[in-house]
Amino acid sequence: MMLRLPIGLALVLAATVLLGSENLVQFSDESLRIRYQALITELRCPKCQNQNLADSNSPISQDLREEVQRMLEQQMTDVEIKYHLTSRYSEFILYRPDVNKTTYLLWGSPVVILLIGLIVALRLNRRNTVQVVSSGKTQIDNESRLAELLESGEDEK
Amino acid sequence: MTVELGHAALIMALCLAIIQAVVPMIGSFSGHTSWMRLGHSMAVGQFVFVALSFACLATAFVQDDFSVAYVANNSNTLLPLHFKLSAVWGAHEGSLLLWSLILSGWSTAVALCSGKLPLVLSARVLSVLGAISVGFALFLLFTSNPFDRVLPIPPLEGSDLNPLLQDFGLIVHPPMLYMGYVGFSVPFAFAIAALIGGQFDSAWARWSRPWINVAWVFLTIGISLGSWWAYYELGWGGWWFWDPVENASFMPWLAGTALMHSISASEKRGVFRSWTLLLAILTFSLSLLGTFLVRSGVLTSVHAFASDPERGIFILAFLGIVVGGSLLLFALRGPTMRSVTTYSGWSRETMLLINNVLLVSSMAMILIGTLYPLLADVLGMGKISVGPPYFNFFFVPLMSGLMVCLGFAGFTRWKNTEGRALLKKGVLPSIISLVLALVLPIFMMDKLTWSNYSLTAVITLLLVLWVVTMSLEDLWLKSRGKLSSLSSLSGSYWGMLIAHIGLAVCALGVGLSTAYDAQKDLRMVPGDTTELGGYQFQFVDVKRIEGPNFIAYRGNVEVRSGGEFVVSLSPEKRNYKSGGQVMTEADIDGQLHRDLYVSLGEPLGDQAWAIRFQVKPFVRCIWLGSLLIGLGGLLAAFDKRYRRRRLQKSVNSSSEGLAFE
Amino acid sequence: MNRIALFLPLALFVVLTVVLLLGLDKDPTELPSALVGEPFPVFSLPALHDANQILDEQDLLGDVVLVNIWATWCFACRIEHAMLNQLEEQGVKVIGLNYKDNREAAIDWLKKRGDPYTFSIFDERGRLGIDLGVYGAPETYLLDAGGTIRHRRVGVVDDRVWNNEFRDLYAQLMDEKR
Repeated sequence: MMLRLPIGLALVLAATVLLGSENLVQFSDESLRIRYQALITELRCPKCQNQNLADSNSPISQDLREEVQRMLEQQMTDVEIKYHLTSRYSEFILYRPDVNKTTYLLWGSPVVILLIGLIVALRLNRRNTVQVVSSGKTQIDNESRLAELLESGEDEK
Repeated sequence: MTVELGHAALIMALCLAIIQAVVPMIGSFSGHTSWMRLGHSMAVGQFVFVALSFACLATAFVQDDFSVAYVANNSNTLLPLHFKLSAVWGAHEGSLLLWSLILSGWSTAVALCSGKLPLVLSARVLSVLGAISVGFALFLLFTSNPFDRVLPIPPLEGSDLNPLLQDFGLIVHPPMLYMGYVGFSVPFAFAIAALIGGQFDSAWARWSRPWINVAWVFLTIGISLGSWWAYYELGWGGWWFWDPVENASFMPWLAGTALMHSISASEKRGVFRSWTLLLAILTFSLSLLGTFLVRSGVLTSVHAFASDPERGIFILAFLGIVVGGSLLLFALRGPTMRSVTTYSGWSRETMLLINNVLLVSSMAMILIGTLYPLLADVLGMGKISVGPPYFNFFFVPLMSGLMVCLGFAGFTRWKNTEGRALLKKGVLPSIISLVLALVLPIFMMDKLTWSNYSLTAVITLLLVLWVVTMSLEDLWLKSRGKLSSLSSLSGSYWGMLIAHIGLAVCALGVGLSTAYDAQKDLRMVPGDTTELGGYQFQFVDVKRIEGPNFIAYRGNVEVRSGGEFVVSLSPEKRNYKSGGQVMTEADIDGQLHRDLYVSLGEPLGDQAWAIRFQVKPFVRCIWLGSLLIGLGGLLAAFDKRYRRRRLQKSVNSSSEGLAFE
Repeated sequence: MNRIALFLPLALFVVLTVVLLLGLDKDPTELPSALVGEPFPVFSLPALHDANQILDEQDLLGDVVLVNIWATWCFACRIEHAMLNQLEEQGVKVIGLNYKDNREAAIDWLKKRGDPYTFSIFDERGRLGIDLGVYGAPETYLLDAGGTIRHRRVGVVDDRVWNNEFRDLYAQLMDEKR
């Protein structure tokens, strides 16, 4: 990796190591940090006005961030961590609500609405397709009617 | 004295609004021309009185008249003058007065620009607008009077404006947003007038179109200003939180966008009329619903107003009358006549319909997600939260689908477009986009590994390039490759093109800033350096400084790239004197291709500070794109066609140059 | 389009309005406890007055008790304190959970304002607080004699709250114990 970097940059990088500036939250394994970030952005601060744990600076958020960090270091899985917290703070703290019988409507309805919309749109289209074929005359009538309508609109100006 | 004058002016405006609501409507049925004309002068008069009332409140702020409760709660002698003025709409009562002012402003605009309209129609439109004004004036006077006095002993000093609001954002964001929200009352009034009169012809659609476009432009700009404000002011670098208040502004935007597209089909081809009417009602209803959600306290939000259930009841009753009444009218009088006009295949009508399905589904999804916690609570299913993971899960695919369709926008013809011809036009752009989308992310990697190759970036680029190349191909074909013929293309066409490219630019910002966002939270003492996203940040020091109404710690961070000095950033931690609130003021170096975002956290002892560094590639494109979208809407709104008196002979012009009218 | 279909938006709107109307009575900031009906969490923490004395959940058994989360940095706790003193005089057993506080300051506070607590648990790091799902002081839990949490109040307990939420349940639990 160093080979691809300009020498100046490499020197600065080396200096960084020497001068410190440590991470606020320390992990024994850096891969935990990615999971930590993901978790604290999906968990809601229980006391604040709609903020996640990552963005909130309230004391309870700081405590819960520490708690998440502690659980990650204990090799708990994301599911276990979420369960641990919901059993204390209720489902409220999950920004991504679980799929269960209270949330079927929540997760299902957007899909249903989209499907109904697409079906209606396609049916309208098909119906009209047939009309194009069957009634060329209607179409011409309609165009002249439309022109008339517009004309009358213009006259009223 | 000024305060009493303001209060009296507001009552006077209410009286005029009542006349405006009642008299022209009766006149439109009885045929009294003079009665119908009365609405126009009442609208102008109402505007004058609301403006006077507004000016009185502003005067109270400038003169630090803390005997007025609203001033005492939201201002302070130390507050700089420009913030005193914007504090007028900094909280519930004043912002509602701004609503009223803007509503009467739009009514006046309708009154002054309605010369071309049939008198019956303009009288009814103004009557509906008058009725809405009555509702808001009553709301102000009975539940939220900004002129209430603190008696008998007024405080010597005000309790100050919320520090979050002491910002340029407050000066521009609410007025723009309200111009959009309230602007949709005009197409709403047109729709109601049409339902009353039973006339939904192309002329009607043509008259409402410019109003829709202008309101939509304001809403677009208002929302993006809000997002930009939250980005730099809240201090943690997010630009959209799917917060109920943000959703409340975004839903009317989505419905309004659907309306803008469907009404073009209603105007040009006479199709989707009941749908267009419904959208016009829906868009304004969502604006009102937003007002309810923001001010009633039923949902928690980062940007909520002080809430009050009593106000909630009032707005809900108002919402019930306005929206319930208009939907009832729609159900009873909406056009049941099946549009006889025909279209088929991949015609423009079909594409607009798909566009509407996607936009309205997104809107419905956001509505469900926003209200679901409330529903769950009401049904006793416990408290749940619905946040960004839910909204993104649905919104991203829906918008991706929209962008795929959007590529074809310019190529489609009214009535019928052959699918095969469309596909043919898409061949070259899809090849170009695919190749570039696969190759470009390689240049964003600092080392060549698969884990650094971002799939998010590939998909983003694919969609963005698809929209851009398709738009450019269309432009090329329409101008036949000659610069001189560009000027013959209509304003509507340019508007469409620029707005669509704007959406692509915005999507580019969203996608790439998500894919390549880099962040570090560090503990640093002066002299420490760190490396992030190819930049070296050195924490120089922290100084104590004194602002007009706050004391702050100002950090100094020097940024270098490859040894070259780039910029010096000064994030602050402010402590406001009056309320003791602590504010994090991030410092940002913004460039088109990346933002450097540094915010100062807590002091950690031994001269050490917590500091958050963020590098956000292309994040600025989000707002640049939104501005382009707005610009597109503006170009379309001021298309010569809407002002031309000459009759356009070819209603059904699908000739190349004038295709998207 | 069918006339009936045109009524659909109106019907949806009516449903929405009913939900919003009912929603006006709800407080969105109030969190339900996930622990009501559950046993008090396991803990092992020092007493406030004696760092060497270790308390655990067994110490809460055998009596109907109120567990009150308090701290000297908590402004609302000052308001609540008189009420707790009064309850203690009435014979209610109140146990304190001193939450994320300074030991000396907390002992000093009790000296000045009176000590309504049978004993106070000293939770310096707030770990027991997290296990309880505490998100701010003051909070008050009502436990039955078997150590099960029966009610939780977030915020100040005053006369009104006591009469509305606690009194009857407390009397019932006392009866159960007998």
